[in-house]
Amino acid sequence: MTNQQSNSANPNLNLEYRRKQNAEEMKHQVITFTMMIFFTLIAFAMVAMESISRWFIIPVILLLAAIQVIFQLYYFMHMKHKGHETIALFIYSGLTVGLITVLVFLTIVWL
Amino acid sequence: MHVEEKFTDATWPAAPETATLEGKNKYLGFWLFLGGETVLFASLFATYLALKDKVPDSGMLLAKDLYEIPLTFAMTMILLTSSLTSVYAMYHMKNNSFQKMQTWLLITVVLGFSFLALEVYEFNHYVHLGHTFTSSAYGSAFYTLVGFHGAHVTFGLMWFLSLMLRNAKRGLSLYNAPKFFVASLYWHFIDVVWVFIFTVVYLMGMVG
Repeated sequence: MTNQQSNSANPNLNLEYRRKQNAEEMKHQVITFTMMIFFTLIAFAMVAMESISRWFIIPVILLLAAIQVIFQLYYFMHMKHKGHETIALFIYSGLTVGLITVLVFLTIVWL
Repeated sequence: MHVEEKFTDATWPAAPETATLEGKNKYLGFWLFLGGETVLFASLFATYLALKDKVPDSGMLLAKDLYEIPLTFAMTMILLTSSLTSVYAMYHMKNNSFQKMQTWLLITVVLGFSFLALEVYEFNHYVHLGHTFTSSAYGSAFYTLVGFHGAHVTFGLMWFLSLMLRNAKRGLSLYNAPKFFVASLYWHFIDVVWVFIFTVVYLMGMVG
């Protein structure tokens, strides 16, 4: 965790460095956002072009959604930072149970 | 570090949301809640997928007759952008600039309300076409899933607004920084759920 303060005699020097670091991180977030918008555009464009087979479209848009969610979790929600091991356990347990639920409802539910 | 300690820009911690034990606990506990929310939404998705297009008589509208690209696209862009504006708010929180954080949160809230307005319009439109909560199993599953997400958006907006109003004159402290941070995590999670809704419900619904 980066919450320890330095013991530097001039805290302003440290401040300048941290500001630069934060600005750098913000730049990465904007790049992440641009990529998310790009993936969304691809997904919508594929559906708008009615000529493509649904057996191709569906796996591709699901993959694009998965990539977007990874971006959200690891960049916007900071899971790429250190100290997120327990958090990863929580969210992946939730995802596992969720995936099994979806799988069950898609296979053994008949209506 | 003490919760009510007064900070300058130089002494403000780099990670104010986890600088106190209370903040750390809040952060961890909130992710546990998000794990549970994942299961909740997954079960609603599962129900929707099992009941999609299950209607009692063949004249009723199905997914591919109802959904339209422009509206879903607009809602998606608005919610995705609001995710970025809340990242900007947290960027300013880490730089100890309270007013800038409040401004970006306000932009986030405005975008959230526009999203909600479009959703209300959409539901109203469907109801007039005869696709209601009680018209079919498909209708029930659709409104439960998308409506649950809409309720989360509403709750997130109320959460942001209460934090902004309550702390308007207090400024940032290690007491409220974790609160702002956790609310922004909740907002990102709402966006995560929407990514699956626009893909699984709308886009896959339009493809057929």
